[in-house]
Amino acid sequence: MTLVKTKIGRRSFIRTSALAGGGMMVGFSWLASCKMTPEEVNSLPKEWFDINGFLKIGDNGMVTIMSPNPEIGQNVKTAMPMIVADELDVDWKNVIVEQAPLNLDVFQRQLAGGSQSIRAGWEGLRMAGATARKMLKQAAAKAWEVPEEEITTSNGMLYHEASNKSAGYGELASAAVGVSSPDDPPENIEVPEEVELKGIKDFTIIGTDRLNVDGPKIVTGKPLFGIDVQEEGMLTAMIVHPPAFGLSYKSMDAESVKSMPGIKDVFPVDVYPEGVEKQWSDGGGIAQLVAIVGESTWQCMQAKKALKVEWEGPSDLESTSSYEDDLAKLLDAPVEAPARSDGDFNQAFKSAAKVIERTYSAPFLAHNTMEPMNFYAHVTADKAEVKGPIQTPEFLEKTLSSVLDMSIDNIDVGMTRMGGGFGRRLYGHFGVEAAVISKKAQAPIKLVYSREDDMTQGTYRPAYKVKFKAGLDKDNNLIAWSVKGAGTNDDLVFENRFPAGAVDNYLAEKTSLQTKITTGAWRAPRSNFMAGAEQSFMDEVAELAGKDPIDFRLELFDRAINDPVGNPEQNDYDPERYAGVLKLVKEKAKWDGSGNGKARGVSAYYCHNSYVAQVLDLSMEGNKPMVDKVVCAVDCGIVINPISAKNQIEGGIIDGIGHATYSQMTFEDGVPQQQNFDSYHLIRNIEAPKQIESYFVDNGIDPTGLGEPSLPPVIGALANAMYKATGKRVYNQPFILEKEIVG
Amino acid sequence: MSKFSLKINGNTQVVDVDDNTPMLWVLRDHLKLVGTKYGCGIAQCGACTVHLGDNAVRSCQIPVSSVGDQEITTIEGLSENGEHPVQQAWLEVDVPQCGYCQAGQIMSASALLKRNPSPSDAEIEAAMNGNICRCGTYTRIKKAIKTAATATENA
Repeated sequence: MTLVKTKIGRRSFIRTSALAGGGMMVGFSWLASCKMTPEEVNSLPKEWFDINGFLKIGDNGMVTIMSPNPEIGQNVKTAMPMIVADELDVDWKNVIVEQAPLNLDVFQRQLAGGSQSIRAGWEGLRMAGATARKMLKQAAAKAWEVPEEEITTSNGMLYHEASNKSAGYGELASAAVGVSSPDDPPENIEVPEEVELKGIKDFTIIGTDRLNVDGPKIVTGKPLFGIDVQEEGMLTAMIVHPPAFGLSYKSMDAESVKSMPGIKDVFPVDVYPEGVEKQWSDGGGIAQLVAIVGESTWQCMQAKKALKVEWEGPSDLESTSSYEDDLAKLLDAPVEAPARSDGDFNQAFKSAAKVIERTYSAPFLAHNTMEPMNFYAHVTADKAEVKGPIQTPEFLEKTLSSVLDMSIDNIDVGMTRMGGGFGRRLYGHFGVEAAVISKKAQAPIKLVYSREDDMTQGTYRPAYKVKFKAGLDKDNNLIAWSVKGAGTNDDLVFENRFPAGAVDNYLAEKTSLQTKITTGAWRAPRSNFMAGAEQSFMDEVAELAGKDPIDFRLELFDRAINDPVGNPEQNDYDPERYAGVLKLVKEKAKWDGSGNGKARGVSAYYCHNSYVAQVLDLSMEGNKPMVDKVVCAVDCGIVINPISAKNQIEGGIIDGIGHATYSQMTFEDGVPQQQNFDSYHLIRNIEAPKQIESYFVDNGIDPTGLGEPSLPPVIGALANAMYKATGKRVYNQPFILEKEIVG
Repeated sequence: MSKFSLKINGNTQVVDVDDNTPMLWVLRDHLKLVGTKYGCGIAQCGACTVHLGDNAVRSCQIPVSSVGDQEITTIEGLSENGEHPVQQAWLEVDVPQCGYCQAGQIMSASALLKRNPSPSDAEIEAAMNGNICRCGTYTRIKKAIKTAATATENA
């Protein structure tokens, strides 16, 4: 046996050896990493056989399936292996799931973002399972000397009915990978070039409720997250970053804190030296920081508090109030060219019988993942081992290669479960910081951000402003619609989304304001604001037209279906699926336009390839909306794991209501005014909806995203219901601060 | 630095730390009990909730020197193998998304059920209001607490 280290050096592998025939036999030691009962130990296989990069089969029929993508709470670690297991045709209770290492030779798109893991992974995951199943059938056919076509599988078993033969996958796994006993020379099973996938009706795991595979570890407090990493000789590192956006490092009095208990070193770090090739994922990374390295987190925190650092920079630092003015001015200024123009909006708006014009705004938001940014790094002269919570491991590896001047082959990036992402961990500068600090400190370190660091060195959701205009003819038909949006470092408008294609005279314009406040993707980028604004405006236009808000939208979808404006290929939505979720929510919420005595609002939106419609009921407690119930209809194609899919929907709804109602980041002279959860209001238990019902459209279409799509529209449903309750419209987030609704 | 003898999860553990070190960091950094989570450090999020005696407390605000001989229970000590009714209900209802806040949620919920075995909705909301879940699993948290309450009643 030759000892071979796997790419990220997972310690659970105790031996691996390439055998004749190209098969890979892998020995496992589960005992090294966790305590198991004697029954569990006995149930483990003696040997594992690598069928392909996605799965291994044990000699006793147990299956290990790798979950290729980063897990941020979207539960792909359960869903992705479910897809493989279904095509492999095994019993889910015999499946062990493992987080795959970063390995782009085997896996594609190992990234968590854009609600795309399942959509992009769907075919490859099915192929991985189906290919393995076919190889097992081929092995059985050879062993039993019967035609492969006559072999069937079920729940981890192979059958040949005519000869009454059967075997478990484990018994034939060795043959499937070409490993045989010495007196039975190995025969290669070719990896098939084509495999047949299951029909939708044959799925036995996809579409059924399967509990979170990490659930037992989560509820018993096992180490799972980046911040839980403990390694031999590891020190803790913390950073001190500029207190205001626009400032940079000048000098410090390091000596005064170096003598504090447990402190090993204090030094400035150049995270991104001149000439480094940065990736998009380095986002808002600050070039120069101060690092404190010590024995424990608390000791580093004390030193951080005591350390005096001088910063320098221009005197004209940016403030929230100036952004608001600047964004408003941008909306009044002409843009160079429209993003999309159908018909003649200006002419139609002028000639309209009724017109309406409204402006909406939203503030910067922090991501505030419950697990603050952190990363483990051990960098030596010729090797870098890093691991932690990262949505973009591939890009971190590339930046590290440039920053450390080291070949990618010598860099191992491991992925831990993430205590939330919401887009924040797309920007992996903290991983780079950890590596640079480890190199300078010549020690393995775990970099941990304090909550204050996390909130004040953000890559925030941009601040936004959008202006809508609409015109109705004398018969209350919508004849003109325009949208003009502006954001900080972001141009906001999706010009080909609804109602583009449903209105004869349509105009979309977009523009942006450059700022020093670092901004980036935040759960459902742009949609997280646009949906609420658009769907609130749609409600007002429907009211102006004297029409039921659902009927009004359905009329527009009819137009987009039957007589689309412009080239229908240009519209990035399917009006039939859009109308479908509205009809479903109308039925499930028993919407009859009366509100049934409740303050009730409706909204529908399409983003991340999925369609969502919601009806929301609330009552007001002062200026605080208390949501009784949200009924939600979703079309995301095939639902992999309904119990978990509903969890995503519920989470998105609560997240959307919470941020639109309560949350904001503000800045004065570049200084973030919210530093922790005492000044940044995140929605709490008592403020959450009392009840959420979710329904799926059953259409057998390939699955699309679910991590984001339920968030954007709920803000519109909330605003529209608040109007029903108070008689006043809300235009500016966070709604709790909107002056008109107070009292 | 001083030596402290602490009763944690039924065992006595001795640590040598600064007097003002919060229990959160004693647990995480010194005793490697990392199930108790750091979220804010100012008793606003509840991620670090443990039991001091029978009470749910924020371990980020409890200096090690103030513990004395009071029993501390962390998520690792709530039950031997996750069989506490609250942990079982959390699994059954499939509460966690990212999972980071859930140890704190479970410690708050188990303390609530200990003093009030069948809480009303309003009592659940009030008791759980100090625990933030950024993923928004609040409706499932409420459901799981009711499930656990029913399971305990029927036990």
